[in-house]
Amino acid sequence: MCLAVPARVVELLPDRRARVDLDGVQLEIRTDLVPEVRTGQYVIVHAGFALTVMDEEEAEETLRLLEEAYAPGELPQP
Amino acid sequence: MRLESYRSPELSRRLAARIAVLAREAGREIAIMEVCGTHTMSIARCGLRSLLPANIRLLSGPGCPVCVTAQRDLDRAVAIATQHPVQVVTFGDLFRVPGTQGSLEQAKAAGARVITAYSPLAALEAARAEPATQTVFIGIGFETTAPAIAATLQRAHTEGLENLSVLSLCKLVPPALRAILTGGQARIDGFLLPGHVSVVLGTQPYAFVPAEFGVPCVITGFEPVDILQGLVMLLEQMHGRRAAVEIAYRRAVSPDGNPSARALLAEVFAPCDAEWRALGTIPASGLALTPAYTLFDAARRFPVDLPEPAPQKGCMCGEILTGRAAPADCPLFGKTCTPETPVGPCMVSSEGACAAHYLYGAR
Amino acid sequence: MAELVRMAHGSGGRLMHRLIEEIFLPRFGALPGGAGDDAAEVPTEAGRYAFTTDSFVVKPLFFPGGDIGRLAVCGTVNDLAAKGASAEYLSAAFVLEEGLPIETLSRVADSMAAAAREAGVRIVTGDTKVVERGAADELFIATSGIGRIADNVNVSGANARPGDVVIVSGTIAEHGAAVMNARHGLGLGGTELRSDCAPLSQLVLAALAATPGVHALRDPTRGGVATALVEIARQSSVRIVIEEHAVPLRLPVRRACELLGIDPLYVASEGRMLAVVPQTQKDAFLSALRSHPLGCEAAEIGRVEAGSAGVVLHTTIGGLRPLIMLEGDPLPRIC
Repeated sequence: MCLAVPARVVELLPDRRARVDLDGVQLEIRTDLVPEVRTGQYVIVHAGFALTVMDEEEAEETLRLLEEAYAPGELPQP
Repeated sequence: MRLESYRSPELSRRLAARIAVLAREAGREIAIMEVCGTHTMSIARCGLRSLLPANIRLLSGPGCPVCVTAQRDLDRAVAIATQHPVQVVTFGDLFRVPGTQGSLEQAKAAGARVITAYSPLAALEAARAEPATQTVFIGIGFETTAPAIAATLQRAHTEGLENLSVLSLCKLVPPALRAILTGGQARIDGFLLPGHVSVVLGTQPYAFVPAEFGVPCVITGFEPVDILQGLVMLLEQMHGRRAAVEIAYRRAVSPDGNPSARALLAEVFAPCDAEWRALGTIPASGLALTPAYTLFDAARRFPVDLPEPAPQKGCMCGEILTGRAAPADCPLFGKTCTPETPVGPCMVSSEGACAAHYLYGAR
Repeated sequence: MAELVRMAHGSGGRLMHRLIEEIFLPRFGALPGGAGDDAAEVPTEAGRYAFTTDSFVVKPLFFPGGDIGRLAVCGTVNDLAAKGASAEYLSAAFVLEEGLPIETLSRVADSMAAAAREAGVRIVTGDTKVVERGAADELFIATSGIGRIADNVNVSGANARPGDVVIVSGTIAEHGAAVMNARHGLGLGGTELRSDCAPLSQLVLAALAATPGVHALRDPTRGGVATALVEIARQSSVRIVIEEHAVPLRLPVRRACELLGIDPLYVASEGRMLAVVPQTQKDAFLSALRSHPLGCEAAEIGRVEAGSAGVVLHTTIGGLRPLIMLEGDPLPRIC
């Protein structure tokens, strides 16, 4: 029930719509659920709607933490 | 924001190694339940089980909206399509599920107008395109999808659209978790919580799970690295004898969820008792239309003759959906019940536990 | 409830195969060694010929990258190429719905003529029928094609052997993604989703000239790469292992499939060829493909092993999952 993909907002359109881009595929979606969204932000798209604005800093941080915590060659901790 | 970073084979390997260590430390079988059909699919698609140690059992819970739609509700959807001159719009997920008198797909083959779509907005467009035809949207889904359906109805309301209605069959995840935990028979050591439902809900609605039942929870995304990270965090909670609701999927989920989405939901829908396939009636687990939106209720607009539901002998979907049995335990599995000739919902939906097991193989 | 034909029966998956096995094969039989390939080798005194037939019902008639006419010519040519044959002559029969604009028919015919020139084939015979409004959806085309097979070529889905490698001539899932988008009005915009519809005769012939020992060829149309490989695995009774990371797939096409919840391995291509070649001829084969504009992204994607017949995918994260034949077309999902 959770199929949703990240997309970048390229243009805000009238009437609570936006155009988003997924690596070259463009789609028009509704922004009713993310009234504060701005161009350039990433959103999660589900069933034709943006479900939330993504936190890019958190995305970077998560990857960084994972890379560090599970660096190769470290002794696994109990 | 490259999805591919969350599919890194290197990171996956390292996380799997950490899981192996933690699982070994635990020294017993660990049962982890995911309650999202998309998790079932993702785990199966990337062959994740084959990377996990043998003592970790991944259970598939009642998180597939297709699997948990009651036979009677599905029969109503099919009956509306066949007994009224309407065009029915449905998510593809529901299209092939067999009801007592066939599926929506079979109804279409026999002449009913049924359209598959990936957005409720398709129903809005279909209604606008044919003002003289009634359009009925089959509203299944959990808290991820319900706000989209609510927004669609709000739009229809604003436009004064008279030829659109919705069969309101959405369900809520937290009451289902409670039902599984109080059902008692299956021991569940941890929950992988649905990432996108949690985008809407945040962490608060799940707080009772660790608080009342002592079971750890991690809100998890859907890429392989996300799922492995979720598993690591669950195992680390167990190892540290802690139980809390943690967020692994931090790029999308905040503790407070999406208040705008919840506000929209509250305007259009209110919780009601709902019948779940194989789980029975769970209080306050479904969504019914609020008084302002009752005019959009397809069940009221289109009375139908419903067939007597035919109980399926031997079908173990109920036990499977609650983690008390595995697909292979069911006497019908792979024999009378296959993806081509499904008996129960767990086999019908490609994200059902039995279908995933059959299609993608179990470890 | 009487069983009715469903859309899924036409999708190239399990239901379609069952239909063929239960309705057609028992009544028509099959030439020895021919069952399961897209074209049949017909023995004649003049040499070895491949003979094929196909029908085209695609909607919409015109889509980014092609149209029903181009598809009809290329699809037929490619079925013959998959038998190692150089397509020479095609027939084309048209079923037209009353009310179809003549201009539409002219556009389709123009496209067929252009595709035929591109493919080096002649459309030499045909038929036209018109049915009442409502009895056919605008326009259907049925084709047949014939072409010669060189003496040193022996290509069949039943010829895959352990030790062989699996190669695809280019990026996958393009046609299906473009058509699904157009047909279902999914509204995926931009210029990235275009059918890859193209005739592959010259590409295949060039490759066969370099490596006549090719064992199997198949164009991954309905049902996609996964279905085509399952068919070959069954015909040859071998196990095929595919490396997910090696399958060429353009990013926008991948994203479109992700958005819809559809597995690109099951989405049709109309300008690509799968090949199973002996290990010793792999480099020459790849080199021949890559020297041709339609094969410049050719890649090795897997191998053939002894084992129980079927296809296994080695996923990008190192997991394993079986690839099976689906019941019908994948549908857009929310879950």
